[in-house]
Amino acid sequence: MAKVNPDFAQEVKASEEFDAAACMNCGVCSAVCPMEIELLPRRVFRYALLGLEDRVLENTGNIYSCLLCKMCEANCPAEVHIAENVRFLRYYLNKNVFKL
Amino acid sequence: MIDNLRIRGSVLPIAARSATKWAKGLDIPRGGKTVIYTGLMYQLLPYITASVRNLERFEDSFWGKFVFVARYFNKILNVSKFMGFPSKADLTEYNQILRNIALLLRQAGVEFGYLHERELYSGALAYDLGADDAFRLHASKVYERLKQDGVQSLITVDPHTTNMLRTVYPRFIDGYDMHVRSYLEVLVERNMPAARKADADVVIHDSCVYARYENVIEEPRTLLDRAGYRVKELRDSKEMTHCCGGPVESLYPKLANRIGKKRVQQLENAGAQNAALMCPICLATLKKAGRAKIQITDISNLLAEAYCDGQFN
Repeated sequence: MAKVNPDFAQEVKASEEFDAAACMNCGVCSAVCPMEIELLPRRVFRYALLGLEDRVLENTGNIYSCLLCKMCEANCPAEVHIAENVRFLRYYLNKNVFKL
Repeated sequence: MIDNLRIRGSVLPIAARSATKWAKGLDIPRGGKTVIYTGLMYQLLPYITASVRNLERFEDSFWGKFVFVARYFNKILNVSKFMGFPSKADLTEYNQILRNIALLLRQAGVEFGYLHERELYSGALAYDLGADDAFRLHASKVYERLKQDGVQSLITVDPHTTNMLRTVYPRFIDGYDMHVRSYLEVLVERNMPAARKADADVVIHDSCVYARYENVIEEPRTLLDRAGYRVKELRDSKEMTHCCGGPVESLYPKLANRIGKKRVQQLENAGAQNAALMCPICLATLKKAGRAKIQITDISNLLAEAYCDGQFN
């Protein structure tokens, strides 16, 4: 069962950096990713948009595995700023999970 | 990493002597309105390569569970000093790349200084890992030092430092006013003739950051073409360049190596004698990916051979 954290959802919504709302879940990003991480970015972004903090935390390893190479972004038809979104999630994890 | 940045000014601190050795004998003036800015990237890579070699040994072992202990020691004692010792060959190779770039700029008639031991790392890794607060403090420190030294214009030598100083710093520092160009852009503008024309095929491995963050795509091609190289294009090139895997090497060395091997295979399939790279991380990662049937080299080596006539050595 998925659990929504309203504070997390609010922080994602209020963020100027996180812009995955335009994602149409086409999967091109996952298809071209050199790291071959299927979960990242589209599914993790969907979790973030829905405020499913637990699901995002389960994917901490994947989030830090991203190369930030923008291969996904170069192919994204919705022009989502994928690399910056990943960085936002890293920033969130650093502050709220690792307390850095 | 954040402690290193805050206490020692770099994610992997190295001695100033090591960071500035490349400039020995070049008599580059100290400071000035225009400076060559290395961001310490080429100098750091031999140390990172040596550290990763050791990290790989621990990655899946019993002792890997205790690597976190280093974090606490590092607050007092610079643990980086013990993480790996770079090979002399690597140090010579990476320093030569910086010398090539300085000599190319001189050959092109560019006047520039260098901050020598006052130069700081750009903070790129902290930014990439989302450590924005630590990054902001560090970026401010870098900018303050540039202003103290009267710098107005920066000539960068690697894609990550270019991206940080040109595109990211303005978002973190109010009133940021540095003019930043990659040395490749500067050389194209100067339009200098080749001292000797090459007669060889070359395939370009575009840096992700140059191609997709900074739009530095045509410049390496123009310079190689003017030097007489025949540039062979890959399907995965320019804006669609395939990452080398390097950015995650310190976290997941085995994954990075797999990606690197795939890219080397693509470069070999182009059928050229040389693969021209333009990033120290790409260079370290692809060379490490295994024995290649193609000469993997930094583009500055090819350009220096073609454009430098020896009078500025």
